[in-house]
Amino acid sequence: MMERIDRKLGFLSALPLGIILVLSFLAPMVVVALFSIMPPKVFDLAHIPNFAAYSVFFDQGYYKSLLWSLGMALASTAILFVICWPLAYGMAKVFGRFSLILTIAVVMSLFVSENIRLFGWVLTLMKGGLFEGHLRALTGIGFDSPLYNTGIIIFGLVYVYLPFMLFPLAQGISMVPDDARQAAADLGATRWQILRQIDLPLAAPGIMVGSLLSFVLAAGALAESKILGGQAVIVIADDIETAFTFGQNWPLGAALSMILIVIIGGLAIFGVNRIDLDAIMGRKR
Amino acid sequence: MQSQPILRLRNVVKKFGSFTALHGVDLDIEEGEFFTIVGPSGSGKSTMIRLLVGMDEVTDGEIWLRDNRIDQTPANLRPTCMVFQSLALFPHMSVGQNIEFPLKLRNSPPADRKKRALELLDLLRLPHSYYDKRISQCSGGEKQRVALARALAFDPEILFFDEPLSALDYRLRKTLEKELKSLHSRTGKTFVYITHSLEEAMVMSDRIAIMKEGQFEQISVADEIYGRPVSRFVAEFMGEVNLFEIEGTTTGGLHGKGIEIHVNGDARDFGLALENGTTGTLMVRPEYVRFLTSSATADFVVRGILRADYALGSRIQYEVETSAGQILTIEKLREDRFDGPEGSEVILGFDTENVHLIRGA
Repeated sequence: MMERIDRKLGFLSALPLGIILVLSFLAPMVVVALFSIMPPKVFDLAHIPNFAAYSVFFDQGYYKSLLWSLGMALASTAILFVICWPLAYGMAKVFGRFSLILTIAVVMSLFVSENIRLFGWVLTLMKGGLFEGHLRALTGIGFDSPLYNTGIIIFGLVYVYLPFMLFPLAQGISMVPDDARQAAADLGATRWQILRQIDLPLAAPGIMVGSLLSFVLAAGALAESKILGGQAVIVIADDIETAFTFGQNWPLGAALSMILIVIIGGLAIFGVNRIDLDAIMGRKR
Repeated sequence: MQSQPILRLRNVVKKFGSFTALHGVDLDIEEGEFFTIVGPSGSGKSTMIRLLVGMDEVTDGEIWLRDNRIDQTPANLRPTCMVFQSLALFPHMSVGQNIEFPLKLRNSPPADRKKRALELLDLLRLPHSYYDKRISQCSGGEKQRVALARALAFDPEILFFDEPLSALDYRLRKTLEKELKSLHSRTGKTFVYITHSLEEAMVMSDRIAIMKEGQFEQISVADEIYGRPVSRFVAEFMGEVNLFEIEGTTTGGLHGKGIEIHVNGDARDFGLALENGTTGTLMVRPEYVRFLTSSATADFVVRGILRADYALGSRIQYEVETSAGQILTIEKLREDRFDGPEGSEVILGFDTENVHLIRGA
């Protein structure tokens, strides 16, 4: 009896947020999904559905953009993991009060718009920019700009999405009990064995959340390839934007979006299913 | 001939900044012994065990395991291991994987590992079905056994225990104390155990070391520490005790405030003599104090008023306030109980063979 009332109250409490989510999140997704099965270059949904937009994805090489996006997202996620692990480890276990300063410093960088920060890098790295310009003025020797290639795009992704890997990772590492590490060492484990058999599995929820966040964000990222990469490669988000704007082909944009959403959504569901979200949110099992 | 000690500490010092946690400690632990280090919190016993297993480095001094000096050896290269206070089981592994962990590190084949893990489950009286259980599915006592099995799988030269029973309820603790003692005799391993509970130490240990402020106050068998403590600290740490300040007199006898001493002439015969003017502490345990009828007498007599009595199960405990204002504790078996009402005047007595003199304390 009480349980039924509880469930009813729970449902009622969740209702306002539920309505907002349905209207703001699910409804646009449904519209996009419907547009993706409309014939090319139409601007309403009153047409016979077909899959022309999806065949364009393969016929006209849009899959290459998707592969670039996924590839660079994967690379930047892997690099982020390697960079952030020691930092996050320090924040969770070693730095003490200093980790608060580090947190504030990292969060502060988010106060400035991503585009402005990326343009800052352009001014710093371009030919005649902060580095090369000064070096040439002082020594007479210059160097080619490192801008406008895939390497710099991956750098940009790593730079912009660092907080999204760092904080979940630090949270995950803080969940590894110190005594488990000490016990492993006491039982004969080397540092490497402790990392492999204790730290990584016990920090897995944090690793999963951090990796998913950075991968998902990087796969849909646009500014890095446009500003730093100078469109050396076209990413899928670029194609989507073009299709909706210059291309005036909403069904194509919608189809490309759907493909990206399905891939990323699938990954996210797969990942989240494999970890204990309650554990990382601090709720008891 | 006595065999070589398995573990030797020589002048071991540990400092944390300006604070000295261990002041040059010496210790010999014999092969196969159940050795317990007891002390109140802050006495340095936890520091001691961290040094012994290699989780901390000594500031000075030497630790020898048989013929090998190990004080500079990191924990993972020492052939010893520890059962943690928290047990430190690996939550992401099954019971079987936990037990096999040290074997896996040594690359022993999976079939051998499993065989050994099942043997250890037998040894610790856990059913084989526990092999696949999750740690979170085990009760407190079962986790304890898994932690022990994991430590034994390591096959350590010495097994250290850092208060592993302190988080358990009283009943389970009593059961596991006895199990540990039996496990010790079945495995024949050297156990070094740390606890703040003297009761625990008394039940299990071959020898006990009492620690105070970074030094050993006394190292001996339980009976000796209970009956012949070397200091007031040890006497009081070892449970209820009655202490009297006494001093030597010019005639070679003893004199104390609030206590009648009838052995003045032959105190020496009982090893109770004090030099003229020097002081000592006379100790008698509560169970050796008798209620005297007015006609009877004893070597030592104290007068007082019964203030309270408490039932302790098989025994009754009495509190008596002496004429000097001291509170004494007396314990009697139920069948020997004293039936006077609270507030009644009582005469207490005890004899030379049941007292112990702590000199200079």
